[in-house]
Amino acid sequence: MSDDDTTTPKRSRDSISNTLIVAISISLVCSILVASAAILLKPRQLQNEEEYRQRIILDVAGLYEPGGDIAALYSSIEESSTELASGEQAPVYLVMDGERLEQVILPIEGAGLWAMMYGFLAVENDGNTVRGLRFYAHGETPGLGDQIDKPAWRAQWQGKKLFAPGGAPQITIVKGSAADDSNYEIDGLAGATLTARGVTNLVHHWISDQGYGPYLKELNDNE
Amino acid sequence: MSDARKVLIDPLVDNNPVTLQVLGICSALAVTTSLLPALLMCVALTSVTALSTATISSIRNHIPNNIRIIVHMTIIASFVIVVDQLLRAYAFETSKQLSVFVGLIITNCIVLGRAEAFAMKNGVVLSFIDGLGNGLGYSAILILVAIVRELFGAGSLLGYPILPLVSNGGWYEANGLMLLPPSAFFIIGLLIWGIRGWKRKQAEHPDYRIHEVHRTEVL
Amino acid sequence: MADFMNLFIRAAFVENLALAFFLGMCTFLAISKRVETAIGLGLAVVVVQIITVPINHLIYALLLRKGALAWAGLPDVDLSFLGLVSYIGVIAALVQILEMTLDKYFPKLYNALGIFLPLITVNCAILGGTLFMVERHYSLGESMVFGLGSGFGWALALVGLAGIREKLKYSDVPVGLQGLGITFIIVGLMSLSFMGFSGIRL
Repeated sequence: MSDDDTTTPKRSRDSISNTLIVAISISLVCSILVASAAILLKPRQLQNEEEYRQRIILDVAGLYEPGGDIAALYSSIEESSTELASGEQAPVYLVMDGERLEQVILPIEGAGLWAMMYGFLAVENDGNTVRGLRFYAHGETPGLGDQIDKPAWRAQWQGKKLFAPGGAPQITIVKGSAADDSNYEIDGLAGATLTARGVTNLVHHWISDQGYGPYLKELNDNE
Repeated sequence: MSDARKVLIDPLVDNNPVTLQVLGICSALAVTTSLLPALLMCVALTSVTALSTATISSIRNHIPNNIRIIVHMTIIASFVIVVDQLLRAYAFETSKQLSVFVGLIITNCIVLGRAEAFAMKNGVVLSFIDGLGNGLGYSAILILVAIVRELFGAGSLLGYPILPLVSNGGWYEANGLMLLPPSAFFIIGLLIWGIRGWKRKQAEHPDYRIHEVHRTEVL
Repeated sequence: MADFMNLFIRAAFVENLALAFFLGMCTFLAISKRVETAIGLGLAVVVVQIITVPINHLIYALLLRKGALAWAGLPDVDLSFLGLVSYIGVIAALVQILEMTLDKYFPKLYNALGIFLPLITVNCAILGGTLFMVERHYSLGESMVFGLGSGFGWALALVGLAGIREKLKYSDVPVGLQGLGITFIIVGLMSLSFMGFSGIRL
């Protein structure tokens, strides 16, 4: 751009002062726009996240009714927490039937093949029998690993036992089909060995002493 | 008025951002596993493109040359953030699926490309229409790809089962390849073939043509 | 150390930014006609990636994330919505600096890259790398390895595609598929083959 160009608009457009003015005003306007959007929409977003979380928990507990009033259905769930071996407080969700504890919902997470998998494990009040398992966030391969989210496979978990009589975590996803009379085996997933392994590993971790193991044992003792 | 019409219609086939300008490919491929996220992506991209080209066009005579790109990016990024926040407030579950890719609208070549090529030289209304047109051209391709992928990959459209899957007791054995990323490439490649068969003008010419041998001699 | 190797291999091969996530496609498809330009651009992308991912990590961890500003006495502030603008700002600034450095100290390389250097700013792979780093909560060390691995993987895919296209110059491609069409199909096949890497653990 030659300096001989004397058309005033062009020269003042590239001047230092104009550059500063434009830079500052654009930054100002954009930040106001973005910040207002974020602040105004935040309550609604938080509500969405809350509702989503509640819906998943209800689903794992087997209490979810499509189209039902989430808040009303969720009223039977008490939120509590337990301390893990690491000292962290982990949330647990108690499904109450009146005054009696019916089942507990435990948040679990672990690495899958592609990304972290986040889900909930529902355990009966004996601290050993599985009520349900659901992953609400995962990045597994569509058609293969994502079978972990399909009702057919998830249904197998119902009624299985987590621990062997001695107290060691026994529940496993096997390769191929699970034995018909086994209390601890779940069918493997064809073509998704690593996803399945990821699930087994993370379930074991969370029911062991590093996870909710002590909490579940306590439930078992109280039963 | 016919100017505006041309600006709106051209990007649909004649100057399609995806199949001719080679812009906006990244997200076009990744979000088309099913129709719903693809539709949302189309709406998001079209709105960002139209709004940012219009905004940039309105201040085009005041933007200094040495901060031009940064100003464009700031305006585009701000609109993308607003759209992302809106998605998270009003279409929560699908926004989870779109996650990284909504943010990538900022670097979507279509938005910056049209800002540089059109908005800097044209008026506000025309720029808005150009942004709209390119967004629609992009959306057309995305929707086509998504329909093929979801229908043959999962037997459904928008979540409603159309071809009953074997795993649900039906007869359709889902085509696993459709759910995997490479299928999007194949579908778009074939789409380009089809479009260039229809519009001969768009076909490229090879760099080398093997010289034809006219004589055959027994040596 | 094994974790880092694992992360590098995953970032470069299994989760290749170009062939598994389709990031940086525009430049990918446009610059892949000749191997030399592909190598030059690939190198530039690696350099930008290896610098921006860790820097953006620091910005996220120390300034933007919820609770990040605790060191300034503002533990409740959550500025993560400013993420996108900040990351792009960092990338644009870095590319600008890189351009000036190359121009001053490596003029030959600068001339060879030409217009492709500023185009790196809008390469979705760069921003995508940063966004993945944020989403997966990598540490600083992991960010550096991820930056190196992901940039390297993208460059590798680009050079591979350029090599294939050069070989295809003498093939008899149908008129409608010539150029862009056949490139799409090649990339589709390449991406299918890269899926064979999935599940590799060191």
